[in-house]
Amino acid sequence: MSFTTFIKKPSIKNLFKIFGRGPVKPGESYGAPGVGSSTAISVATSITLIFLWWFITYMEWIKPLFLPSPESVIIKFVQIWKEDFAGATLWGHTKSSLFRVFGAFFLACVTAIPIGIAMGVNRIFRGIFDPPIEFYRPIPPLGYLPLTIIWLGIDDVQKITLIYLAVFAPMALNSRAGVRSITIEQIQMAYSLGASRAQVIWHVILKGAMPEILTGMRIGIGFGWTTLVAAEMVAAEAGIGHMVLSAAEFLVTDVVVMGIFVIGAIAYLFDLLMRFIDRKVVPWKGKM
Amino acid sequence: MSTLELKYVNIIFPATKLAGEVHALKDISITIEGNDFVVALGASGCGKTTLLNVMAGFIQPTSGEVLLENKPIDGPGADRGVVFQQHALLPWLNVIENTSFGLMLQKTNVKERNEVAAKYLKVVGLEDFHKHPVYQLSGGMMQRVGLARALTSDPDILLMDEPLGALDALTRETMQELILDIWRETKKMVFFITHSVDEAIFMATRLIVMSPRPGRILKTYNLDFYQRFFKSRDARSIKSLPEFIDVREEILNIIHGDEIRIDQG
Repeated sequence: MSFTTFIKKPSIKNLFKIFGRGPVKPGESYGAPGVGSSTAISVATSITLIFLWWFITYMEWIKPLFLPSPESVIIKFVQIWKEDFAGATLWGHTKSSLFRVFGAFFLACVTAIPIGIAMGVNRIFRGIFDPPIEFYRPIPPLGYLPLTIIWLGIDDVQKITLIYLAVFAPMALNSRAGVRSITIEQIQMAYSLGASRAQVIWHVILKGAMPEILTGMRIGIGFGWTTLVAAEMVAAEAGIGHMVLSAAEFLVTDVVVMGIFVIGAIAYLFDLLMRFIDRKVVPWKGKM
Repeated sequence: MSTLELKYVNIIFPATKLAGEVHALKDISITIEGNDFVVALGASGCGKTTLLNVMAGFIQPTSGEVLLENKPIDGPGADRGVVFQQHALLPWLNVIENTSFGLMLQKTNVKERNEVAAKYLKVVGLEDFHKHPVYQLSGGMMQRVGLARALTSDPDILLMDEPLGALDALTRETMQELILDIWRETKKMVFFITHSVDEAIFMATRLIVMSPRPGRILKTYNLDFYQRFFKSRDARSIKSLPEFIDVREEILNIIHGDEIRIDQG
């Protein structure tokens, strides 16, 4: 049942068919929740929302101060790409933000993954790292942001530390959970083939934990990006969050909206990248 | 020629919050020598897998001795290959990498380990699947990779924990013949666990019938139906021989408790 067949015959009976149930066509399974493609509907929704936005601003029902038109947002994008706004060009702001988030992400990868694995395979590591991680993990990063400013100031070191802390917990805990996802038979198999403990950790546990490690990285980079933009809004000299906040202070609403789109687009690209890595690194995920 | 000896082995799992103490194995004594093919038969929960885990070195007995070449077993080792019930393959490695995993751990060079692995993959009939991802194989093929992997490390002893339990009936019969042929070829000592009475009688040189709570040996049989298979290569008619059916009936009676006699041997 595609979207087009739905709009061609808009009878009450067809409407019931979409939400109700009946025997299915061969190849589909009866009772499976939410089957069928939703792409066409999603595209239609997006187009409708953009059209509504454009139409409302075109009819001047809402002042541009509150809702700028799509065209003015695009124009601002092109303009700020070349010209400085709040101390840097758009690319300049994006670069500062990406440097901070990837810097923290990299530091978290090289520390959180080994620590998470160590927590999974060793009770002493688990005993040491469990209390601090479980203590700070539920605190929103903005809750301890003031403390990082007191300790480290407002430069990149403070930003990277804050993001690092936000990324570290989900990555460490997912790596630790990954250790548990390996079957005891896989480990005993390696030992019965003469593996040393180090070989078991490297060749079985680390590789078997990869799906969860990558999930942790995916969650981590999402957390990191959210935290970064918020942190840049509190105190910063450059960065996309800083750009958006400066624009808001001067009521340049089209830059605010443009900044929000850029933040969203980058977050989406991160997710695409992680999904791509997932497919390349663990094609076997969920298949055994 | 290796000797694996268990003397009055007892395994008692301590009580937990949910269950009381479990006497998993009681006074188990067996001696397995040379190229014996010993099959342990019994219902679920009779301690078969525990017994295998003791031989593999995964579990230390509560009391009693486990000796390999007169030396106590103090952990798993490459001299005892294990074939697991659920294949235990590593999905991030392809077929030949899984097969040569043991040699990789021993740091054998790539060329040599691929040669050895290829040899055993041919034995189990997977010569056309070297680069195949293991997660795309059927259950029977995965089990054959598991068998080839255990053989590639060339252990003296093969411990097989219900290796055919997860297979369909037809594949299972083919695999029984394959394992017997490999055993005759390699002259390894085999300890094989099953809960299929036919499989046990067909394959064993020695069959031990086990009983649960506490896990113990009820009776031991010395059998030679495998020899008739090597002569006639007709498994089905062997499995319908009158003698075969007699043994089967007797074992089923023992298991069902009509004729409980604890074997003292």
